[in-house]
Amino acid sequence: MRSHVTSWGAVTGGAFRANAGRLALSVAAIALGVALGYAVQLINQAAVNELSAGLATVAGDADLEIRGPRAGFDEQLFVQLAGESEVALASPVVEVDAKLARESGELRILGIDVFRAGPIQPGLIGEGEDGLDTLRPDTIFLSTSAAEALRVRRGDTVDVLVGLSPVELRVAGVLSAQATGRLAVMDIAAAQDRFGRTGRLTRIDLRLRPGADADALKQRLRATLPPGVAVEKPQASLRAATSLSRAYRVNLNVLALVALFTGGLLVFSTQALAIVRRRTQLALLRVLGMTRRDLARKLVAEGAIVGAAGAALGLAAGYALAAVAVRFFGSDLGAGYFRGVEPRLGVEPWAAFLFFALGVGAAVLGSLAPALEAARAQPGSALKAGDEQRALERLRTPWPGIALWLAGLGASFLPPVRGLPVFGYVAIACLLVGTIMLMPRVAHALLRAAPRPRAVPGALALDQLRGAPGQASVSLAAVVASVSLMVSMAIMVASFRQSVDDWLDRVLPADLYVRASMSTDTAYLSPADLDRLAAVPGVRRIEPLRAQQILLDPDRASVALLAKPVDATDPTKQLPIVGTFVVPGSDDPPPAWVTEPMADIYGFTPGSRIELPIAGRRVPFLVAGVWRDYARQQGAVMIGRDTLVSLTGDANANAVAFWLAPDATLDAVSRALVAAIPGGGHLEVATPGEIRDVSLTVFDRTFAVTYALEAAAVLIGLFGLSSSFGALVLARRREFGVLRHLGMTRRQVGAMLAAEGFAVSAVGLAVGLAIGWLISLILIYVVNRQSFHWGMELHVPWIGLGILGAALLALATLTALVSGRRAMSVDVVRAVKDDW
Amino acid sequence: MKRRAFLAAPLALLAPELRAEPVAYPLVEPRALAFPRDHGSHPEYRTEWWYLTGWVRDAAGNDFGVQVTFFRNRPGLAESSASAFAPRQLLFAHAAVADPRHQRLRHDQRARRAGFGLVTASEATTDVRVDDWSLRLDGEVYRADVTGRDFALKLAFKPTQPILLQGDRGYSRKGPDRAQASFYYTRPHLAVTGTLDVDGTARSVTGSAWLDHEWSSEVLSRDAQGWDWVGLNLADGGALMAFRIRGKSGETVWAGGTLRDAAGSVRTFPPDDIEFAPTRRWRSSRTGVEYPTAFRLRAGALSLSIEPLMDDQELDSRASVGTVYWEGAVRAIADGREMGRGYLELTGYWRPLKL
Repeated sequence: MRSHVTSWGAVTGGAFRANAGRLALSVAAIALGVALGYAVQLINQAAVNELSAGLATVAGDADLEIRGPRAGFDEQLFVQLAGESEVALASPVVEVDAKLARESGELRILGIDVFRAGPIQPGLIGEGEDGLDTLRPDTIFLSTSAAEALRVRRGDTVDVLVGLSPVELRVAGVLSAQATGRLAVMDIAAAQDRFGRTGRLTRIDLRLRPGADADALKQRLRATLPPGVAVEKPQASLRAATSLSRAYRVNLNVLALVALFTGGLLVFSTQALAIVRRRTQLALLRVLGMTRRDLARKLVAEGAIVGAAGAALGLAAGYALAAVAVRFFGSDLGAGYFRGVEPRLGVEPWAAFLFFALGVGAAVLGSLAPALEAARAQPGSALKAGDEQRALERLRTPWPGIALWLAGLGASFLPPVRGLPVFGYVAIACLLVGTIMLMPRVAHALLRAAPRPRAVPGALALDQLRGAPGQASVSLAAVVASVSLMVSMAIMVASFRQSVDDWLDRVLPADLYVRASMSTDTAYLSPADLDRLAAVPGVRRIEPLRAQQILLDPDRASVALLAKPVDATDPTKQLPIVGTFVVPGSDDPPPAWVTEPMADIYGFTPGSRIELPIAGRRVPFLVAGVWRDYARQQGAVMIGRDTLVSLTGDANANAVAFWLAPDATLDAVSRALVAAIPGGGHLEVATPGEIRDVSLTVFDRTFAVTYALEAAAVLIGLFGLSSSFGALVLARRREFGVLRHLGMTRRQVGAMLAAEGFAVSAVGLAVGLAIGWLISLILIYVVNRQSFHWGMELHVPWIGLGILGAALLALATLTALVSGRRAMSVDVVRAVKDDW
Repeated sequence: MKRRAFLAAPLALLAPELRAEPVAYPLVEPRALAFPRDHGSHPEYRTEWWYLTGWVRDAAGNDFGVQVTFFRNRPGLAESSASAFAPRQLLFAHAAVADPRHQRLRHDQRARRAGFGLVTASEATTDVRVDDWSLRLDGEVYRADVTGRDFALKLAFKPTQPILLQGDRGYSRKGPDRAQASFYYTRPHLAVTGTLDVDGTARSVTGSAWLDHEWSSEVLSRDAQGWDWVGLNLADGGALMAFRIRGKSGETVWAGGTLRDAAGSVRTFPPDDIEFAPTRRWRSSRTGVEYPTAFRLRAGALSLSIEPLMDDQELDSRASVGTVYWEGAVRAIADGREMGRGYLELTGYWRPLKL
């Protein structure tokens, strides 16, 4: 046995040394996959940790939490709950997102009753210069991160915008609780007074008496709470807060797994060819007495070593990547899910273990098939030359591939599982693996159909490929996998971007937009402001927009309730309606137009009647149409401005669209608008072009990760190509020797290899494009739709794909040439003598 | 004034004239008190308290000291607020039970802003509620209902004697300046009945208690460090109240007292007639603060030795009201005989009470 071990050492060591370059590539590919997956996990976990710590401070150790719409609910509910016999303490909260007046940005302000919040949320109680600072109408306490972000200390002031007037608040101290996120705390009465919330609350935290049954009370309260007000255990807030980003996270993780899969494929191609090359040595070992099991185990161990090296490298790289990403993009990688959250990166041992295992697993799986095949070979015939073909013959049975294909197509029609496009991913995996399994057949058919070139090298190349498709199919698998993934991502992102672009055209029909604030509760334009703006010379027409938030489902994030003047007989003028719309009849309730996510999540279809919790009542609406909105993933409902005003009396506006008179100039009108109302300097004025640019920049930033992964796919594809091609060429040294003896020049052999490279990549590219297109359809119509509920139209970026294809072809040809040159540096005579 | 560290409470840590919105608190000037109106709250004044202290005994003969206090404070904030949460009136409640068998004090407290009918102080008669804690005058009987962390009490206090007006018909001076004064009356010799729960079982108790109701706007003079106060139900049916305001170096800045004898004749002591002479000191192992827990008290011709039910009756209220003081059940002894029982309050031994 000892001799086996040492001779194995020689075989493996020799193979590792000879394949140093390719091995490095395999390691790098695994490392890339592990790094991406681990980084995504780290970043996301850091954000979720921070978010939950912040929520924990805010929720304290409340047993139940009553949450309502952003506009709040009647404070009498607090009196009712405080009187419940199971309730030991009820802590009322007024929560507003306030717009900062001196700088851009916002600040979440919690108006609390220190006396009632103290026992439940001690982390929110500030220590002022005296005991009354927590009660004063003009003082505020900041969390550590808010104080850092605003660069203020005790005694400084913070200005927030109410309407369009700044309100000055004195910073009485900094909260001692560590992880609270970016927020501020002030007295509840002051918050009600200052932010126009008199009589309203947004949250009540309940501490129950010892022995009280929280679930029973929850059920009982559910039946009595006003519409739009939910009762939950505090953990539910975290669920709702992270639910929005869940699909995004899962998609990123799947992308990382795809990178890992491609890495495994690369290990497969490297190992397959390394084993083919060592076929005689391995057979010799078998003859010398090594068992099949031993041989297979040792070959798989080779793969595992590659996997372990790659995974270890990947973990380190992943941590570094996460650190850089958090620093430059934020914890949501620029997607905007976790505003005001400042994550601290941890090591996450479980995630590290998982991704290490995945990396090793991918490599082991990649080396399993070739190892088993090598172990199964008859030592006698394997010792002879020309046996390499057989090694890959097993892959030529078409039925498993076809079955996978059919399964994949079927899976693409299945619904999401718990909001995740599980079957979409399954479909993609099936199609991809099925295609790879069918590749030898497909390649054979394609090459057969190709015209035979006149020139000798080209003709030889084609003959070689037609004669030995098995070898080429290994390289092809790598090319097809990476090209199809790359193409599908490219088509999906291009489709999305184009759809966003088109959508921006439709939602920005006006000449000029003025905004107080869309996302905060405090800044708005009053009806008097609107009158003044409409009267500015050069303004032909204005269209005010009001934004509120309502809670339809306590397990989900709030949805936006929007109101602007909409022509019910033809809403397409004011809204990017998708599909058909319904014109409400005289008996119908008022119309509401919902966004695609709302239609998907809540099943609001045109013509159906729904009830929305507005102003503490359940108000019936007719769903009059579905419109496209990429701005609010949680969903939005648009109702007529008159309807909202009559229901709530809220005639303020968050933003206004302006149509100008033909002779008016943008500049003059913008200046006049700002000057027309008090506090006009706090308005944001933008042209449709500026909004569009900003939106597309945000889009590109969100997809920066996708772009990075796409680049990784290209990289891995090229690795695979050069790896398998190099191995292929080395394995055919004898053939080149013979060709040289037959009188072919080095140049001609080189040309032949280049032609082979070209042909293989052309086939791979063609199949990859086709499959990529198919996968992109699944990404667009299944994965994206089910994850984010975004509708989009297919746009194939022909020019980009053409450039990409040409570059790949050129690189593949070049790779083949370079590998060939190395192969031919070997002495011709020795190459032929090698094993005769 | 005595009492009541609560007014030293959180609010008291501020220099009101610098910080608060300028609020015109009414001045305390001699006037005739009218009942039941003056049993109720006087929200326009800065501070007010209803202070019940007493000794009770269970069927087994165990003695307990009981203290139930409701404070009202007008911090001078949010006077013009439209919010129902406006902290115009703050209510605090504090209850403690001294149990000599365990040599420790059980106490708990509530602090709330007034409003919504959950936290109220009636102006018609004594009716103060802080969530589920309450003290109200039900006909002639005061009823206190308090459930704390580790004790609960439901007691009725029935007056057996007329109201005792302190100072000049209820106008009680607290310092050399005439503005430093309060309205102050006492209900001594209240007969106590009810239940007390200190270890999970409600036990019936009876006893004798003392109620102070006091309200004012003016605070201590600047050179005051704290005060010593004692209120005693004398065994012969008489009632004695005595206090002194201490200066920074422990000297007496002001003092006063009232003695109503069993026959009902009232004697009001000028500052010079009151003398507190510590006879024993006790140091708290929790806070390190040293208190004179035993005194020789002289009030005019009367000389009494004041001995605590137990030494450790310290109240650490830093977490809620921001101060540490001593408030405990005491016996009055003369010539080896118990002459009466009551409560002693010692403030300003931890840090000066800044009012």
